[in-house]
Amino acid sequence: MRRISAFVLSTISVVVLLFGYSTSTAGPLAATTPPAAESGTTAGSTGSAGSTGSAGSTSTSGGTSSGSTVTGQVVSTRWGPVQVEITVADGRLTGVQVLQQPTGNPKDEEINAYALPILTQESVDAQSADIDMVSGATVTSEGYVSSLQSALDQAGL
Amino acid sequence: MTTDLRALPSLPVMPVHRRVEHVMGMPVSLALRGRHAVDHEADAAWAEVLAALRDVDRVFSTYRPDSVVSRLDRGELALADCPTEVHEVLALGEQARQESRGAFDVRRPGPSGRRVLDPSGVVKGWAVERAARVLERLRATDSCLSAGGDLVCRTALPGSPGWRIGVEDPADPSRVLAVVPVRDGAVATSGLAHRGDHVVDARSGEVPRALASVTVVAPDLTWADLDATAAFALGADGPAWLRARPGRTGVVVHADGRAERFSGPSRSPRARRCG
Repeated sequence: MRRISAFVLSTISVVVLLFGYSTSTAGPLAATTPPAAESGTTAGSTGSAGSTGSAGSTSTSGGTSSGSTVTGQVVSTRWGPVQVEITVADGRLTGVQVLQQPTGNPKDEEINAYALPILTQESVDAQSADIDMVSGATVTSEGYVSSLQSALDQAGL
Repeated sequence: MTTDLRALPSLPVMPVHRRVEHVMGMPVSLALRGRHAVDHEADAAWAEVLAALRDVDRVFSTYRPDSVVSRLDRGELALADCPTEVHEVLALGEQARQESRGAFDVRRPGPSGRRVLDPSGVVKGWAVERAARVLERLRATDSCLSAGGDLVCRTALPGSPGWRIGVEDPADPSRVLAVVPVRDGAVATSGLAHRGDHVVDARSGEVPRALASVTVVAPDLTWADLDATAAFALGADGPAWLRARPGRTGVVVHADGRAERFSGPSRSPRARRCG
């Protein structure tokens, strides 16, 4: 529980969580990558969700000294509908409950629109790198024949 | 009870379906994953992508003497009579020239000393970015469209893992030296591999030798491609120039094989806040 709270407090702004799921998960990644890892695309999509997120607190209940609970509206995100509830005690966030989970997989570090490239220790073949496509200076169809992208295309056909 | 967001269930990985055609002398590959990966909607979208690229070739090819650009270069066609796309491409080229301090230029020194119009440095990325828009109508479908190693990634599948893009090792194109995860964005690489001395520093007309390749990740392929080409043309000044470009990340491989990552300043106030 302590670990979870620490995770929530340190990496996720609840306001951001209310705004949209893709933003909330950008938090942990952004904390470990340079600023440019965040992209305009992400900013755009979350910006549009922000209008619904701003209406986040719809109902308040709960006790006094043990804290109050605020239930957010159901917010539609690119990952599906999200609804969260937060508990605040003594002016501090003490808990977050997800009432409706998005179907997305937040474990992916790729949750950002794009991130800083990860350099491999030494160059590796496509299979070890587990890649979908290759970016390279392989421009001509002649060069393509021997290229890695060709191998990927053949594997997928 | 509190839920650890990282413990949410994940969806099974969906299979990726691929198509390849050759257009404008370069391989065009499409990877699709999700609802419309293999159906007639995918077929129709793919046909439109290819048609769009072929249209661009008819207008912009410097290899076709009858293309709009070839006729414009020979003075047979007035700029005012060119399609709006030509104006758009020339404007992009001019912007890239100014921002690259002249290293990038759509007018490059020709064999006879006369500067010839060659907007292909702008056209490729711009055309693929444009063609990829067709794929956005495939609902709940992730797409990755690559043309000659420059690509546009989109994700629309709920729970999508995104695309993992390998950066080709310029010293050995069968291997990769970096991986970049991309959900929505573009990746372009500029270098001399496979195509001989294609890129020149427009200031000197010389082939740049300081860098082996430049890979740029950006929100759209038009600028990813322009920046990769410009940085490559800038040579030794390329890495520092890239680090000042907003919203880009990427990899620079030096001529000695040394690879370094870079990331430019954030693009927006929101990005700065999250960073």
